[in-house]
Amino acid sequence: MQISKRSQFSLRATTYGLLFLLYMPLLLIFILSFNTASSLTWPPRGFSTRWWSTFLDVESARAALISSTRLALIAMVNAIVLGSMLSFALQRFEFFGKNSLSFLAVLPIALPGIVTGVALRNTFVRFGLDLGFISVIAGHTTFCIVVVHNNVVARLRRISPNLREASADLGANSLQTFRLITWPLVRSSVFAGAILAFALSFDEVVVTTFTAGAGIQTLPQWILNNFSRPNVLPYVTVVATIVMVISLPIAWLAQRLADPPNEKLV
Amino acid sequence: MSLSTSSQIAKHKTQSINRFFASHPRLGLGTLLSGPILWLLVVYVGSLALLVVSAFFGLDEFTGKATTNLTIGNIEEVISESAYRLLVLRSIGIAGAATVICFMLALPVGFYISKLAKPWAKRGLVVAILLPLWAGYLVKAFALRAVFEPGSEFGDGGFLKNTIGWSPGFGYLSVIITLAYLWFPYMFLPIYSGFERLPESLIDASSDLGAGSIRTFFSVMMPMLVPSIAAGSIFTFSLSLGDYITVKIVGGKSQMIGNIIERTLLAPNQPLAAAFTLWPITIMVAYLFVMARLGAFKNL
Repeated sequence: MQISKRSQFSLRATTYGLLFLLYMPLLLIFILSFNTASSLTWPPRGFSTRWWSTFLDVESARAALISSTRLALIAMVNAIVLGSMLSFALQRFEFFGKNSLSFLAVLPIALPGIVTGVALRNTFVRFGLDLGFISVIAGHTTFCIVVVHNNVVARLRRISPNLREASADLGANSLQTFRLITWPLVRSSVFAGAILAFALSFDEVVVTTFTAGAGIQTLPQWILNNFSRPNVLPYVTVVATIVMVISLPIAWLAQRLADPPNEKLV
Repeated sequence: MSLSTSSQIAKHKTQSINRFFASHPRLGLGTLLSGPILWLLVVYVGSLALLVVSAFFGLDEFTGKATTNLTIGNIEEVISESAYRLLVLRSIGIAGAATVICFMLALPVGFYISKLAKPWAKRGLVVAILLPLWAGYLVKAFALRAVFEPGSEFGDGGFLKNTIGWSPGFGYLSVIITLAYLWFPYMFLPIYSGFERLPESLIDASSDLGAGSIRTFFSVMMPMLVPSIAAGSIFTFSLSLGDYITVKIVGGKSQMIGNIIERTLLAPNQPLAAAFTLWPITIMVAYLFVMARLGAFKNL
């Protein structure tokens, strides 16, 4: 396909321009976390590490960080188990209602979070269960299952059934085949899905807001509750920067695991 | 002695479990499905069904709790009230606009990275575009607040105001831009993969038959990209439609359907809030249906 030099140039300019626009606001938050002023005005008044050095004294932020981490870990484990089970069932078997079930499996992320949140809250309240840590875990597990499932099922589709048949022909039982053949091939997709699930849960705010009781505050909720308070606002930029710095390398790792460049699946 | 016997027993046990599942494959399926079914079907779909049902419940004025006296008053209210209808239409408009912006940007950028970028730059560019997805939803919404901050007579403005002298301020325009910024990677990824899957031979054939690059793009590539675009638009549209937090951060006094759901729920008027959620549910089910016809689910 022949493309003129001019169109090539404008396409390249669009791409790099877009990348600039994607990263510019993130850079801005990073810079503003060293601002002396406690507002989001530009340019910064001066350089100060005051917000960074006193950040750990903010009790509520520390508690929020801990509960977010705990929540994301539990939701991730639930999602690994349930999401992988779903993937194997949908990939290996033919059964009545299979198509409806695979449609159902995307519903928690295809419907807006507010619908999921309100629906689960409603159910919990109606059955007389308290809104608390358990209900938030239930909410997060629901959409995390989908993420793990999407990753694992995509990998399972690429693995040839011949491998399993060959393994069985050579005398391996189904557990040995799983341990020696299937697991090494799906492993990285399970990890990638798990990282994604953790990140999604760590970042989620809508379902959390509706399923959390009064006693629970996750890190995103902490940010949301404090962005309009002038004396806490600078800490929000610090927390935002920390979240970015931690999540970006993890994201890169997940990217590598989900789509390994040199791994051939027969 | 006892050790080896116990390991033999264990071995025997796993063998018999194996044989059992090998001769009863349906049971294996049942075991695998039990957990996910229990969750997705009973907990999730059950909750959705209960939500729809509770839209027909009445409200006890004194306790603020739902009663089981059935009524269609809530449904009537959310459909007939013109202010609510306007709110729904506006939310659809905002979600649609954000989706179109994502699409208009993802198309040239996806094309450039897939077909024109040097092989060594390709992977880096894709990762660079997907990475901000991980920076955190609130972090990004909040970052754009710092960009759009219009300032007032008391305080100085934010980044745009003080660099180019103009800012859209806090309102619908900022909401649309922010939503497009937040969800762009969801549109980019399926469109990029769509371009990657296009066979080079078709493109060559098109130019051999005399089509120019523009003709090839619109008559050969675009029709094959429809399922990818549909898949991407499900996420950008759905995530934008239900959003009520971005509106709070960069929308000033603006409102979307999510805001009224939240407000009604906390009022508390659970049945009326449930009736309001019927709007996004209906819109999304209709949207998913249309997108499924366009082949979106082959690309999810």
